[in-house]
Amino acid sequence: MIDLGPHILFILGSYIGAALVVMLLIFGVWAGSNKQKKRLADLEAQGIVRRSQSTES
Amino acid sequence: MTQTAPTKQPNWFSRLAHPGVYLNWSAYLVVPLIIATIITFGIGLWFAFFNSPADYQMGETVRIMYIHVPNAWLSQMVYAVMAVSAIGSLVWRHPLADVSMKAAAPLGAAFTAIALFTGALWGRPTWGTFWEWDGRMTSTLILFLMYVGLVALWSTFNDQSKGARTIAVFTLVGAINIPIIKFSVDWWNTLHQPSIISTEGLSMPASIATPLLIMMLAFTLLFFTLHMVAMRSEILRRRANNLERRHIAQKMDVTS
Repeated sequence: MIDLGPHILFILGSYIGAALVVMLLIFGVWAGSNKQKKRLADLEAQGIVRRSQSTES
Repeated sequence: MTQTAPTKQPNWFSRLAHPGVYLNWSAYLVVPLIIATIITFGIGLWFAFFNSPADYQMGETVRIMYIHVPNAWLSQMVYAVMAVSAIGSLVWRHPLADVSMKAAAPLGAAFTAIALFTGALWGRPTWGTFWEWDGRMTSTLILFLMYVGLVALWSTFNDQSKGARTIAVFTLVGAINIPIIKFSVDWWNTLHQPSIISTEGLSMPASIATPLLIMMLAFTLLFFTLHMVAMRSEILRRRANNLERRHIAQKMDVTS
């Protein structure tokens, strides 16, 4: 690892803070996507499907 | 004898932008985008920490620039994406434009928050202060508040398509802030350095420009990946809402 000098806390703080926000963002988008997929799967399991899907089957 | 007007076939863009068709083709792009984002971040971080020199003035703190500038760039680019989507929503009333506008807002808020946070941490060792109420920083803070306001506004509308028109108008009015942010360093006295990228090229040596450009590409890829997944999620959410509404209406018809 390189020597980041006397301002190491500012440099690492920036990267760690940015990484935390990005991880939260990724988790939020991923969790939102999973939630909607599960909702649609639950509806489909109850036989509630889109008209185009019900005519196909 | 009556003649019926020939029905106009939708062009290729309209076909691709149909929410159902978008779900189909975007499914093939998500994984390649994730891989490209991870690889670009890996290369960018390696350059940022192990293959770039300290600046002759800023010293090692120049490494903060490799995350501050990409996020500052994204804070404005994401708003531009929202403004273009707002035009699509108002002019063509396209549902995918509404979805794009809604999916981009929280991403823009997060990237602007990172730009503000890293800017403050960079400002302390270089300028001697975390914050200064100058044109660039104040207009970027206003941009962050606008993003947060737009995210909150989306949650106040039950009917998302009606809400989209109102939010599109607010988004376009707020777009006036983007040139203000861009030119604030030229218009007003500021601690903030002028733009590093101009029509004359980059105002820095290649050894510092290389990690910066790679990190800008990495964060831009991250935005497009998250935006695509968030748009897909929003389309599925609307589909599930419509199914639930139709199911409830059918149940009420049967009971009445």
